[in-house]
Amino acid sequence: MLVEKATASLIALEKVGKAYEQPSGQPVVILEPMDLCLKPGEIVALLGPSGSGKSTLMRIIAGLIPPSQGQVMYHGQPLVGLNPGVAIVFQSFALYPWLTVLENVELGLKAKGEPLGPRREKALKMIDVIGLDGFENAYPKELSGGMRQRVGFARALAVEPELLCMDEPFSALDVLTAENLRFELLDLWLERRIPTRAILIVTHGIEEALTLADRVIVLGRNPGRIRADFPVTLPHYRDRKSSDFQSLVDQVYKILTNPEAPAEPPTLAASNTTSVATPATPAPAKYQSLPGVRIGSIAGLLELLEDRQGDLYRLAQELLMEVDDMLPLVEAAQMMDLVNLREGDITLTRIGLEFSASGIDERKRIIRQQLLEHIRLVQQIYRLLQAKRHQRVSEELILDLLEGHFTPKEAYRQFKTAVDWGRYAELYGYDEPAGEVFLEAAPTLETPVVT
Amino acid sequence: MTRPLTPGNRAPERTAWTWQDLLLVLAIVALVLLIVRTANQFHGHYDPHFTISTDISVLPSYTAQTLLRMILGYILSLVFSLVYSYTAYRSKMAARFMLPLLDILQSIPVLSFLPGVTLALISLFPGQRLGVEMAAIVLIFTGMAWNMAFSFYQSLCGIPQELIEASRVYRLNAWERFWSLELPAGAIGLVWNSVMSWAGGWFFLMAIEAFTLGNQSFQLPGLGSFLAVAAAHGNFPAIYWGVSVLIGVVVITDLLVWRPLIAWVEKFKFESVETQSAPQSWVLDLVRRSPTLRVIQERVFQPLQEAFDQRLNRTFAVRTAPRELPSPQNLGQWFEWIFSSGVTIIILWGVWEAALMLRQLSPTVWLSVLLGACFTALRVFTSLILSLLITVPIGVGIGRNPRLAQVLQPIVQVVASVPATALFPILLLALIHLGGGLQVGSIALMILGTMWYVLFNVIAGAQAIPAELFEAALVYKLTRRQRWQTLILPGIFPYLVTGMITAVGGAWNASIVSEYVTFNGQVITTPGLGSIISEASAAGNFRLLLAATVVMSLLVVITNRLVWRPMYHLAQEKYRQLI
Repeated sequence: MLVEKATASLIALEKVGKAYEQPSGQPVVILEPMDLCLKPGEIVALLGPSGSGKSTLMRIIAGLIPPSQGQVMYHGQPLVGLNPGVAIVFQSFALYPWLTVLENVELGLKAKGEPLGPRREKALKMIDVIGLDGFENAYPKELSGGMRQRVGFARALAVEPELLCMDEPFSALDVLTAENLRFELLDLWLERRIPTRAILIVTHGIEEALTLADRVIVLGRNPGRIRADFPVTLPHYRDRKSSDFQSLVDQVYKILTNPEAPAEPPTLAASNTTSVATPATPAPAKYQSLPGVRIGSIAGLLELLEDRQGDLYRLAQELLMEVDDMLPLVEAAQMMDLVNLREGDITLTRIGLEFSASGIDERKRIIRQQLLEHIRLVQQIYRLLQAKRHQRVSEELILDLLEGHFTPKEAYRQFKTAVDWGRYAELYGYDEPAGEVFLEAAPTLETPVVT
Repeated sequence: MTRPLTPGNRAPERTAWTWQDLLLVLAIVALVLLIVRTANQFHGHYDPHFTISTDISVLPSYTAQTLLRMILGYILSLVFSLVYSYTAYRSKMAARFMLPLLDILQSIPVLSFLPGVTLALISLFPGQRLGVEMAAIVLIFTGMAWNMAFSFYQSLCGIPQELIEASRVYRLNAWERFWSLELPAGAIGLVWNSVMSWAGGWFFLMAIEAFTLGNQSFQLPGLGSFLAVAAAHGNFPAIYWGVSVLIGVVVITDLLVWRPLIAWVEKFKFESVETQSAPQSWVLDLVRRSPTLRVIQERVFQPLQEAFDQRLNRTFAVRTAPRELPSPQNLGQWFEWIFSSGVTIIILWGVWEAALMLRQLSPTVWLSVLLGACFTALRVFTSLILSLLITVPIGVGIGRNPRLAQVLQPIVQVVASVPATALFPILLLALIHLGGGLQVGSIALMILGTMWYVLFNVIAGAQAIPAELFEAALVYKLTRRQRWQTLILPGIFPYLVTGMITAVGGAWNASIVSEYVTFNGQVITTPGLGSIISEASAAGNFRLLLAATVVMSLLVVITNRLVWRPMYHLAQEKYRQLI
């Protein structure tokens, strides 16, 4: 079985993980070691919230980033350097603004050393396939977002990659354009008009993943790890209104909203599921990670929940929100014990009810109380401030504290969130130019300037 | 919006002092020693067989020779900038010492290079004009290169990550990556800084084409020497003619070369939306629409380019093989350690040598150098304040009025590139009549030479303030004073700081030509660091030259670190627009 799998796979990851060491010697894990294999003929979606390392994983597969442990096998051979069979479609398109559409599409072919004739022919053909006719001599800045991403697709497909990697390719486009492009891509794939043998799409949209993919890999965050890996056997051009589709969406939602529970791969009554084993990772004691949302948005969520408690997924759908927008809000509200989440159903707690019934001052009091009770970072900052003589603490001190647990970038984000929450609750203030947190009650020499 | 005409003088992230900063100070001393000591090694002879004519009929040939010198100096600067910045960009280790070095080089005035460069090249080509010519070109280079190199380096560092990844995924080889990603990314910065460098080249031309060193006088036929000689003899018709030709050349170069280039280079913007008021040039339009040129382009250049690319593709074949094998880290660290300690030792040795040389200077000389530094600093400061008083109201006026901006901006840019030094004799004459003399004159020259940087930035800053903020000021009935205090000054502050950094740097440099002038048959000086450097250079007093240059260079670098960088950070963090 194992041997068979290895030969059939296009790309196989063997215990691949990514971690790096802080200057202080503290290791920070981006991706836990994982096994994964991509087979020809499938569209695989990497689905996960931000910070789950899905882009990193894609870049490891493409050979842009070397893994810090384990090995990537390409056609059974260990991969060193760039993966020769991969092309990438980027989220921001990554077109060269000074090259025309044709020159951008030709770029990869030219680098391969194709002579002018065949190169131009191939590029024009791909421009034709992707629906860019007539725009060959246009510069990217003259095109709309959707047309730009078409150039991105044409450039990637022109080099005839075995594996087409896409890094949230539709997330910079408006809803309608994205939908249109998604189905055109699916058309090309299903009608075998492109030579690509497999597609890997990184996304944070559950519906997008389930619409396109034959197999969905759900990643969890902090650190990034595989939480579920399951096939989607619904026939293509899937009906999003169908109960099968909806039930899949619900189950994925459940996995994503329950970050700590071991995930059961979603099953479908109508399909025969061959679930791949999920690495059951014993969760180590972790530092609480604050989702980067504003209290104002949490308040908005609670207001909405007041009269429509129930299924989280429907709520998100009603609000036209993606997982990535919704989940952090729910997570934050959960941390502060304002909502209950059970089996994908969301309800207000007693405190949550109290919150949504109160006026602004009362709300601030509730948040203050909940922060000091449940949010470790806010507690720490508050205590530090009380201990200091001038009741001011420099941000470096807090960041040092955080960098034991997070990457510097993430640590900064955590800090900013804590500042925002604490400010709302009037626990402490933040002097941005000086980079100091100070106790709200203390008289300050300099009022923070709001620009 | 028009891009501010500044060197990419963007300050690095950190502002705190470390031991490396001390090393930087020592490095300044060592480097200046190296430059000045070069002069000590050579004792070439050079007999000028010709005298500079101030006859109007020589102007065409003199102008051509000057232009040739400038172009060669420019090409040298361009090549240097590309190579230097690219090396620093690709190798982190190299960047660690190359960038501070650039910082120091930028602070050393052109005239301090003069004796070393000239004497070295003359002794290489004894008795020939070639040596002096090459010296002139190298000196022009020292006035042009640094800001271009900085700008290109910063452009390289600012390339979006995804574009780099795309170039890797699509396996561009080193040449293609440079040609289709890195060079285009730096093009805008390079062109704008070229315009500045070119103007800077004109500024010191008179000092470069005609100078005395020890008891020898060196003169090269050219527009600069024509003007210098005419000024020295007080030959006013010749001065007027020379200045007119100079202004003509400046305007024509601007029209035929820089305007089209600036308009063309817009193509290389990262911005993904089309800007409304992109720079225009009718010359460029003419070239782009010409059928003849299109045919030539298609028949000649494209096939050539194609063949060239193919050849290169074959030479630098794409490496599918591993490139980033994790090299044993210890080795790298060792290498780095050895390297940086090597650099440190060289620096320390240089400092020791310099100390030996400087010890022979008497305390009175030191006192005069320090006093001169105070005088010049005062002058630089005064000229900055006056520049601000003049340019801020004018700049805001132009910036807030789009129609005025459209008309005035190109004119201002041309006027700015007319070298103030050429106008200096005329200015001095007027001042002598009014009874101000060089005291006032040197400040006036500094202002004339540097206020443009402030003006351009103020215009750009005023244009960048969103119209809504002005509307809000109107709605809430802010008084004129309140409007300046709460809206205009904070709004232009980041731009103002950038402009001031450039202006002050320029003013220090300008002190050298403004405090020491040969005019109407006599040498006029006014006490200051600039005149000390000029005199020391002319007299061949290398010890004094070393001392004065080190002091000036230190002053510039240290004020950059202690005053301008923190200010720049403040501007970036607190006063950045919210959009």
